Amino acid sequence: MENILSVRNLSTYFYMDEGVVAAVDDVSFDLSPKEVLGIVGETGSGKSVTVKSIMRLIKHPGKIVSGQIIYKGQDIMRFDEKEMYRIRGKEISMVFQDPMTSLNPLYTIGDQLMETIIQHQKVSKEEAYKRAVEMLGMVQIPEPEKRMKSYPFEFSGGMRQRVVIAIALSCNPSILIADEPTTALDVTIQAQILDLMKDLQQRLGTAMIFITHDLGVIASMAHRIIVMYGGKQIEVGSSDDVFYNPAHPYTHMLLRSIPRIDRKIDRLEPIPGQPPRMIDIPKVCPFLPRCPRNVDECNQKIPDMIEISQGHFVRCFNPVGGGN
Amino acid sequence: MRTETKRMIKRLLRNPSAVLGFSLLIFFTVIAIGAPLICPPQSYDPYMIPIVTWDKTPQPPSTEHPFGVIDGRDIFYGVIWGTRTAFKVGLIVTLTSTIIGLLIGSVAGYFGGWLDEILMRITDVFLSIPYILAAIVVTAFLGMGLNKVMISLIMFGWMATARLIRGNILQVREEQYVLAARALGVNDYLVILKHVLPNTIFPVVIQATMRIGSLVITAAALSFLGLGAPVGYADWGSLLNFARNWLLGASGEAFKYWYAIVYPGVAMVLFVLAWNLVGDALRDVFDPRLRG
Repeated sequence: MENILSVRNLSTYFYMDEGVVAAVDDVSFDLSPKEVLGIVGETGSGKSVTVKSIMRLIKHPGKIVSGQIIYKGQDIMRFDEKEMYRIRGKEISMVFQDPMTSLNPLYTIGDQLMETIIQHQKVSKEEAYKRAVEMLGMVQIPEPEKRMKSYPFEFSGGMRQRVVIAIALSCNPSILIADEPTTALDVTIQAQILDLMKDLQQRLGTAMIFITHDLGVIASMAHRIIVMYGGKQIEVGSSDDVFYNPAHPYTHMLLRSIPRIDRKIDRLEPIPGQPPRMIDIPKVCPFLPRCPRNVDECNQKIPDMIEISQGHFVRCFNPVGGGN
Repeated sequence: MRTETKRMIKRLLRNPSAVLGFSLLIFFTVIAIGAPLICPPQSYDPYMIPIVTWDKTPQPPSTEHPFGVIDGRDIFYGVIWGTRTAFKVGLIVTLTSTIIGLLIGSVAGYFGGWLDEILMRITDVFLSIPYILAAIVVTAFLGMGLNKVMISLIMFGWMATARLIRGNILQVREEQYVLAARALGVNDYLVILKHVLPNTIFPVVIQATMRIGSLVITAAALSFLGLGAPVGYADWGSLLNFARNWLLGASGEAFKYWYAIVYPGVAMVLFVLAWNLVGDALRDVFDPRLRG
């Protein structure tokens, strides 16, 4: 199937007084229509910066230094701000982490829903209103008509996130980017929101990029997974590949460090050491200082992404399981 | 909005000082609007206090001149029409300087970088000059007259607003809903207009309200120094200027000419009080951080 979005060699650096931070370094991936792509990684691994780069929302001192972002055959990196207004919200939409702060406290839910609809679609106010009510119903907010006049502070966290999702989906975007949409919610609400998103994704056929640091969440959502560490992709594969045959030592150790419901583990093993300081990192594998499987070659250069099985890529000279 | 508006009005009515402030303000507004009815103008320029006698010594209140006469002019007429002057000076100066401050502050805050640096250093320079002194010098330079006073007050009145709005914008533009709006394709100008400014404007409105009162005092001070309105203009400061020569009273009667000070003085104090109370009330209603 034709890819709806292709990211090629995307690098975003932050030029700080302390040095250059390679927040995203040479990231490439494809997204096909109706696919859910998960990006996992710990805090500071470059997940959010990757998607913000796709939306071209990087602010000074950050800069997209290289790469192509090809959306439906067009390189949107070449677009100017005006053309980006058409892409954002209409073609590619985004849901943020904290529903408490993603809504403007001064406007009603209805105003904020209608703002995006009117911005992107040439419709009258009445039609926008109807569409907004319909969207609120779709995200299962009871009495949507009444709720249009409510302010964000009258909503709970879970309901706000539903509204944010409704706004993001109101213009039928081809791609929905969800940046840790459930992190700020408690576990039961998390499950509800995830169910809702999965359901809407299947019903509307939206492709989705789903960012999280929660492996449990990603396992239930994504078809394919990208594991990021230190601004680099270190493993890409189908959900099953990554969970059952992790090839990169980091993924492998990460999965051994969390409790699993499907497998009995006697002892959880933490990964020794700290995530790398991101300033002026040497051109080697970012996981090297913590890696028990390092070989001589690791100290000399950064490994390329190699395909160890159909659609399963890893960036390692000495992958777990010898690469099969 | 309706429930929220109701809640606000309820909160206002429960606060006695807010009620007092708004009542005073309404009272002054009625006087300003009804000035031609209360004191029909007697010359082509209604703002010039008519001369009722050529005798320069003050005359105490009488039925014909309820607030007395000073410098041959009716104090009652001056106080009534002076309300209009007070509103005019306060509103025009505050509105204009607030708009200038808003423009400079929001440009500096939203765009940041070197533009911010330059604009804020200019603001610092203006702030470093003592307000009254600057106003006196500029008025003296431009020439006398109420308009000139207003120009000088505007020139040196925008800095606080600029700083306030810049600080608030720096804070608000980092909010996630601003990023979210941009991610949904709302363009930059709409983001400033709809999401950044409304979230930063309340402190400015409150500050401006309070400033209207104090501006009237400053303008009166300039008039008192003889820099403001022309002689005979209906302006509380000018009335006090007339009273300057009679401040000490007559020999043995310190308070002989009390009416020359008290009536315009009370008008001014109440006017300033009204705006301050209204400003306080607005702050209590709008500023969510002070909500108890």
